[in-house]
Amino acid sequence: MNIDSIQNGIVIDHINAGYGMKLYELLNLDSLDCSVAIIKNVNSRKMGKKDIIKIDADIPVNIDVIGYVDPGATVNIIKDGVRANKMNISMPKTLTNVIKCKNPRCITTTEQELDHVFRLTDEENKVYRCVYCETKAERNN
Amino acid sequence: MRSVIDVLDLSIEELDELIHTANDIIADPVKYQDVCRNKKLATLFFEPSTRTRMSFEAAMYELGGHVISMSSAAASSAAKGESVADTAKTVSCYADIIAMRHPKEGAALVAARAAGIPVINAGDGGHCHPTQTLADLLTIYREKGGFNNLTIGLCGDLKFGRTVHSLINAMSRYDNIKFVLISPEELKVPSYVKKDILQKKRIPYIQTTDLEDVMPQLDILYMTRVQRERFFNEEDYVRLKDSYILTPEKLRNAKADLSIMHPLPRVNEISVAIDDDPRACYFKQVLNGKYMRMALILKLLKEASRL
Repeated sequence: MNIDSIQNGIVIDHINAGYGMKLYELLNLDSLDCSVAIIKNVNSRKMGKKDIIKIDADIPVNIDVIGYVDPGATVNIIKDGVRANKMNISMPKTLTNVIKCKNPRCITTTEQELDHVFRLTDEENKVYRCVYCETKAERNN
Repeated sequence: MRSVIDVLDLSIEELDELIHTANDIIADPVKYQDVCRNKKLATLFFEPSTRTRMSFEAAMYELGGHVISMSSAAASSAAKGESVADTAKTVSCYADIIAMRHPKEGAALVAARAAGIPVINAGDGGHCHPTQTLADLLTIYREKGGFNNLTIGLCGDLKFGRTVHSLINAMSRYDNIKFVLISPEELKVPSYVKKDILQKKRIPYIQTTDLEDVMPQLDILYMTRVQRERFFNEEDYVRLKDSYILTPEKLRNAKADLSIMHPLPRVNEISVAIDDDPRACYFKQVLNGKYMRMALILKLLKEASRL
């Protein structure tokens, strides 16, 4: 399978297999005009299988989203066909307007203008809780 | 601007300070009768509540202050679609401090972030009710002389009961505390309370469905009401509402110095025959609630440099 290498853009590598589509959705990559490739289940010596996302444009990506979905991923910035920068990702302390609170009793369900903010409350178990009602974020939302 | 949304917003030292102030008010109420002269408390109750609202109002009057309020959510701008944040900003122009109850969880935090004055959460849905916990803590302090070395039985709705979660959180900060959690299977303490508080802090607890079996161990028995408004399904409410009813017979094996507490209102969880038992503390709790609200209003107004 051939995926063209990119000249100027972003490669999100070392994504745990199965998390690529979720990242694609939460990063709103479907709204981009440029070429975007999601490569699933790539053989990896370290990870067994992994996903990769290639974005053929130098656009700002929300690092917090990547840290939330898969803190083990790496972000490579490509300039003139070579890697100019490699960023390791960590779990963000807070997440704003990335996921929504699913608690029907939460104030965010009625106050439409409110930001949906989640705070990392348990790093070991990757638990985020809504700052308003403290409901735990479901990892599949 | 300092507000109190959750009882954990207050450190142990601050809780001690509030208890000290409340005890001082009890000892010499005249000393405090004018300290809030010309200050206004706004009570914003978007959900029906009589006792908490009256407690806040009585607290402010006993401090010599004034109270302004909206008669009900239906009569307020909220009915016209005004946001909680806008309501809080508007009321900040009229009052020095806000006490707010709202059916949505997190509403008090939204108000606190928007308001230019301190906000006290008087209950945000099933989430937090810090001044009820303050009432509970003053009661425990006055009845037991402190907070350490206690076995606390919590009985009834431990799933939706916000006062229970707050009390577990608050008491888990003290030494040699043991919890006995008594509830029907469907109303057990949520797993996050067990995991994030009890197990994390290595606090011993047991779960049981049998109240009489554990009665002899208890220093405090905290009864709760199964609340209709927390259920989406009426059938579940009807099935569970009479799970535990405390009667004099069930107290047969209880300690002589047991303290029986309840956040009130009760429906039928505690037989009225127990009201005259010297171990019944629930009406003292109501009174203690007013004193702690007085202490909290004073503290927040001082911190906001409004006193």
